[in-house]
Amino acid sequence: MKLALSPEEVAFRDDLNRFYRTEIPQEIRDKVQYGLDLTRDDVVTSHKILNDAGLAVPRWPVEWGGKNWTPMQLHLWEDELQLASVPDPLTFNANMIGPVIAQFGSPELKQRFLPATAALDIWWCQGFSEPDAGSDLASLRTTAVRDGDSYIVNGQKIWTTMAQWADWIFCLVRTDPNAPKRQAGISLVLFDVKTPGVTIRPIKLIDGRHEVNEVFFENVRVPADQLVGEENQGWTYAKFLLGNERTGITAVGRTKVRLAVAKEYAAQAKSGKSTLLDDPRFAARLAGIENELLALELTLLRVVANSSEGRPNPASSVLKMRGSELQQAATELLLDIAGPDALPVGGAETASPDWAQRTGPSYLNFRKTTIYGGSSEVQRTIIASTILGL
Amino acid sequence: MDFELTEEQVLLGATVRDLLARAYDQESRLKTLETESGWSREVWSQLAELGVLGLSFDEEDGGAGAGPVETMVVLEELGRRQAPEPLLDAVLLPGGLVRAVGTAEQRQRILPEVAGGARLLAFAHDEPGSRWPDTEVAVTAVADGSGFRLSGVKNPVAHGDCADELVVSAVLPTGGTGLFLVAATAEGVRRTPYRTYDERRGAQIDFESAPAELLGGPEAGDASGAIAAAIVAAQASLNAEAVGAMTEALRLTSEYLKTRKQFGVTLSKFQALTHRAADMYVSLELARSMSYYATAALADGVTDPMIASRAKLQVDRSGRHIGQEAVQMHGGIGITTEYPVSHYVARLTAIGRTFGSDLEHLRLLADRVAGYGLAEL
Ligand SMILES: Cc1cc2nc3c(=O)[nH]c(=O)nc-3n(C[C@H](O)[C@H](O)[C@H](O)COP(=O)(O)OP(=O)(O)OC[C@H]3O[C@@H](n4cnc5c(N)ncnc54)[C@H](O)[C@@H]3O)c2cc1C
Repeated sequence: MKLALSPEEVAFRDDLNRFYRTEIPQEIRDKVQYGLDLTRDDVVTSHKILNDAGLAVPRWPVEWGGKNWTPMQLHLWEDELQLASVPDPLTFNANMIGPVIAQFGSPELKQRFLPATAALDIWWCQGFSEPDAGSDLASLRTTAVRDGDSYIVNGQKIWTTMAQWADWIFCLVRTDPNAPKRQAGISLVLFDVKTPGVTIRPIKLIDGRHEVNEVFFENVRVPADQLVGEENQGWTYAKFLLGNERTGITAVGRTKVRLAVAKEYAAQAKSGKSTLLDDPRFAARLAGIENELLALELTLLRVVANSSEGRPNPASSVLKMRGSELQQAATELLLDIAGPDALPVGGAETASPDWAQRTGPSYLNFRKTTIYGGSSEVQRTIIASTILGL
Repeated sequence: MDFELTEEQVLLGATVRDLLARAYDQESRLKTLETESGWSREVWSQLAELGVLGLSFDEEDGGAGAGPVETMVVLEELGRRQAPEPLLDAVLLPGGLVRAVGTAEQRQRILPEVAGGARLLAFAHDEPGSRWPDTEVAVTAVADGSGFRLSGVKNPVAHGDCADELVVSAVLPTGGTGLFLVAATAEGVRRTPYRTYDERRGAQIDFESAPAELLGGPEAGDASGAIAAAIVAAQASLNAEAVGAMTEALRLTSEYLKTRKQFGVTLSKFQALTHRAADMYVSLELARSMSYYATAALADGVTDPMIASRAKLQVDRSGRHIGQEAVQMHGGIGITTEYPVSHYVARLTAIGRTFGSDLEHLRLLADRVAGYGLAEL
């Protein structure tokens, strides 16, 4: 056993740290650090800077812009990125559809989409969930019927994150309604969200903001060469893709930064004769969250340090579940530090600081993290069945 | 001991419940929340007609002379329906202070109009950077002829945006904290209204030498005791509203588990979920018991901050548990504004942080824990 990084790893880490902090605009990193909304431009700008330096898609095959890094190097790349409050490379591109096309797509599809996906010249959104197909994704009903050299797509998706900003959608559709198993009749298709017959309707979330959408398809004509891999094999690709999504939600680095910010504010918050940070009960709660976060980080590192290529690690469910819960714990802590100042929302010109006014909506919004990307209940089921054999 | 409601109290609850059910369906409630004030004048007059606004005022002040139990019953119904009308903020809390501290003349001038729905009050007490228990007041009062002038900042002031008249705490020229009446439109009063994260409204109020009338007349002394007592009563009201909100959040969740299908069956077939709904029920009943405890103590004439904190600590913890579980078990739909459960969660979150949060109630209780052996009612 050995805790320390090798000198090469330390140098690697320090290089990344320097790059992130000098090349990504401070203004964008400040927004991430203090939980302000990013514009579409902010995400694109940051993503493009990373991509130009070969740092947007290191997990991809080398041929398509990836790096042949060790799992530890990949971890350091991500951890430093989060600690420097750099926005994640757009997850739909970098972690979801990109790796799937690289692994399962035809040579033409790779050529057509991978460079643009890595560069975020195409903004992708994920069309998987449907009103009646949430946790039970395989029950999805959107159909794609072959008509000459096209598919005709009909149906509805829901919870499509940032569809309003997206150029293209990757979509699970049912191509064989008569397949013996529900999972067997599903395909993965790609199309432009501006294709005739696509309608995007916003859904307002609890924090009053527009982040997710309903997307309707009415006789949408999708060229058949925009099918990924083989017809009716979409479920295999979806499982591959969702495995990548899950580990991405752990966000240990982001939660660490959030806790550091919480300390900053708690040290300013008056409580009785001293500050909140000096209140032993508050400090105990903060220390408790910090320690759970360290336990999670070490679990992550155990996975990273011992991971053998390709094999999905069942511990990824531990990371998703606890990672999302700790994100929630940190946003709740910030809300409590804000105290009564959390009440106004967008009340400029009042004595309540802006950061405090963001904590209520942000806490409420973060309830999502234990729901999306495989809910905590789904993760427990995976642990119980695949690890414990129950 | 008796924890049952009388027939009249049950009837009162049912009447308010009917009124609110007629006034609000999901759609009309959402529409109302979008209006500037965020609540309905029409529903307000209906509540006034029913006598709900004056319920807790004395009969000679235009009220019904009812007690804390009736107040609890009504607030539970408001919580259940998440009716946004500011009964606590605009009537019970500031009106209760006028009732407790005001002169006979002041009470008769103000309270009948409040009971009738024509005049709205707000209690302006919190100041920037202050947390419960906020006993240190920085707004100052200087004597000016027969009246006073106030200077300083109050924020947040719940429903301060719509108030006609403010009940303001300020440092008396002779020391101690006084309560003052200030017309919201008076010269030297500047209001900055805003929405809150639980879709209510509030305002910051800046006073710049604003004309004020001392509540209780020239002889009135330090009002700190009255303020503390009013907050204890307000905590009980919030507990009741929270219990109503939790009841409905649990009902919505149970209903959803019985109807939502995934994997070919309703969610109610998954024991992992039904047992958690059962735990929510446990939390609800504990909260209800503590809400009754706080109300019953008030009804007995006991105003004890320790009882208030005990009750609110449990209610806040139950509210957190039930709110978080309700969203989680609804999945994505639970965090949309169109679906009601999110509103219950937002409101429970805010109640849990109004007039003291978990941390602050625990602090108060922990500081005293060495002083007694048995924890007794
Ligand atoms: C903010 C947000 C963004 C999202 N972004 C996207 C996106 O971009 N693209 C996309 O395709 N989808 C997206 N999703 C959808 C997300 O993946 C689904 O919400 C998720 O799969 C859960 O489905 P559901 O909401 O229908 O809940 P349901 O599946 O109806 O679940 C309701 C509750 O029941 C539980 N449950 C369900 N089945 C079981 C079981 N067998 N055992 C025990 N408990 C169970 C769930 O865990 C949950 O608590 C997003 C969701 C949110 C909230």
